[in-house]
Amino acid sequence: MTSIEAVSDEPEAWFKLDRDTLALGGSWTIGESARLDRELKAIKPEGGVLEIDASQVSRMDSAGAWLLLRTRRAMEATGAKISRFSLPELYQPLFENLDQERTPEPHKSRIPPGFRGRLYKIGRATVHAWRQTVSMLGYLGRVTVETGEAIVKPKHNLRIAAMFSQIEETGINALPIVGLLAFLIGIVLAYQGADQLSRFGAQIFTINLLGVGILREIGGLITAIIVAGRSGSAFTAHIGTMRVNEEIDAMQTMGLNTVDTLVLPRIVGLVIALPLLTFYSDIMGLLGGAVMCYFQLNITIPVFLRQLNEAVSINTMMVGLIKAPVFAFVIALVGCYEGFQVERNAASVGQLTTRSVVESVFLVIVLDAAFSIMFSVLGI
Amino acid sequence: MAAPADTEKKKEVVIKIRGLVNAFGNKVIHDHLDLDVYRGEVLGVVGGSGSGKSVLLRSIIGLIRPKEGTVDVLGQSTVGEIEGPAMRRLEMRWGVLFQEGALFSSQTVAENIQVPLREYTAMSQELMDEIAEMKLTMVGLPPGTGDKYPSELSGGMKKRAGLARALALDPELLFLDEPTAGLDPISANQFDELVKRLQKALGLTVFLVTHDIDTLRAVTDRIAVLVNKKLVIGTISELRQNKDPWIQDYFSGVRGRAALASEEAH
Repeated sequence: MTSIEAVSDEPEAWFKLDRDTLALGGSWTIGESARLDRELKAIKPEGGVLEIDASQVSRMDSAGAWLLLRTRRAMEATGAKISRFSLPELYQPLFENLDQERTPEPHKSRIPPGFRGRLYKIGRATVHAWRQTVSMLGYLGRVTVETGEAIVKPKHNLRIAAMFSQIEETGINALPIVGLLAFLIGIVLAYQGADQLSRFGAQIFTINLLGVGILREIGGLITAIIVAGRSGSAFTAHIGTMRVNEEIDAMQTMGLNTVDTLVLPRIVGLVIALPLLTFYSDIMGLLGGAVMCYFQLNITIPVFLRQLNEAVSINTMMVGLIKAPVFAFVIALVGCYEGFQVERNAASVGQLTTRSVVESVFLVIVLDAAFSIMFSVLGI
Repeated sequence: MAAPADTEKKKEVVIKIRGLVNAFGNKVIHDHLDLDVYRGEVLGVVGGSGSGKSVLLRSIIGLIRPKEGTVDVLGQSTVGEIEGPAMRRLEMRWGVLFQEGALFSSQTVAENIQVPLREYTAMSQELMDEIAEMKLTMVGLPPGTGDKYPSELSGGMKKRAGLARALALDPELLFLDEPTAGLDPISANQFDELVKRLQKALGLTVFLVTHDIDTLRAVTDRIAVLVNKKLVIGTISELRQNKDPWIQDYFSGVRGRAALASEEAH
């Protein structure tokens, strides 16, 4: 009564339910278990007195034994009495080993189904977001206090060597990528500006667009975003991996303050490095614009510089640069904070690194908007 | 598991190593090793730190390509070709428990056990859940463990869960790398008993790397000692007669004597 497909070189598993005998044989192994599972579920035991004859089983592993045990239990549950149960002696220990264990529990999900489940998830996310905000604020407070102490008595708290290595890592090593991208942005901006403005015969104002755009906004923003992706993620991954390896715990038991040793050098280092990087990115952006102006509009470099001098003042650049330390502080703070949130598993490092980059880019753009509003109110 | 036909020819060789040489740079770890592991036995491998126990295990299961020599597992060479269908088929017939359990941390324990089932069989999700629960019961983990993540488990539970995953496909051959390292003596004893019980019930051949002399006494049939880049093989009592200073130290040192004295008291 069972249709059998050949699976391997082993004899196929089969079973047959007559009126009062369940006979089975062949190779009851894991390879056959998917088919046996389907077919065994289809049989409807009718109760009464039954005999299970498994003496013709040539091979049985624990998956096969489980299926047989499950079937026997299902039969007993319908009120059938098993009068005889025969199994090759070789497989007795295996079967008994499974049989004496408890009945497996049905698989339970922690989240209830349907509408309640959705409500549960929303509630959990809300509580999580609230806790995160509170703990981030607490962390901000702690770092602020420690930074203040470091400024008041710098010898005690600030680790100069670690700080310079952070400046090298986040600043100097970022020069090629930041320079290249700023240069390209300058070219794109100049090209689009020249294209639009030349319709009014006002090509020369491309330089004004470049000067104001790059110095006030684009230079600082693009640098902060690159650094958030490059260094913010590195902070989270590094501190997170240290947490996974219990290095953070080891530091604490040695009395090393993790904020002093890990966080402050990164924050101070980045606060110093990012304004310098921004300045460099401004110059590279203007250079890209100048090159494009030369080829597209035939504006020579001296003419470019004269027009630039009329278009922007030193204040324009200062407005852009003043934002950089704030961006740096936020990027480093978020990067380090998320690093300390890592749990002791590999997936957690990845998740929190992603979150760290998304959060710091988000905050950088929000802060940039806030600065714009503030400057317009102040009339700068 | 031993099919009836296998028990007739008594000493079927399941792992056959001939002339194995492993070296890192100029440092030779194994110098022309030979080893036979027979079906249904538990072979313990011991040796000092850095003597290459884990390297031996890794070259048998194809994670390290040896410099020279042949390694046949269940009649299939594991040297060289480590991809391909023959190796896949072989990997379905063995289970490996790594030192820290090596559970996938992003999945629950039940999902971990179902990884090989999902990969190699066409089972329904329901049956996979049942099998996972059965394996967890088999290794003595309490109900509900299947829903937990590896990070929520203690060291001993991780090893049991790792063992459950290693047994997921009902392998014939089980490799254990330091199964009792890092466990307290009670958990270590329980783990030894578990291995012994499962080995009997499932008819497993076990290749066990350890430096725990209690484990050796409790579960192994034969012991292979890695000294001077070679293997010395025998039972505990045979090895105690051996003149090699490291072996003497190991079996007759304070720990060794205590462990063996408790055996004689039985």
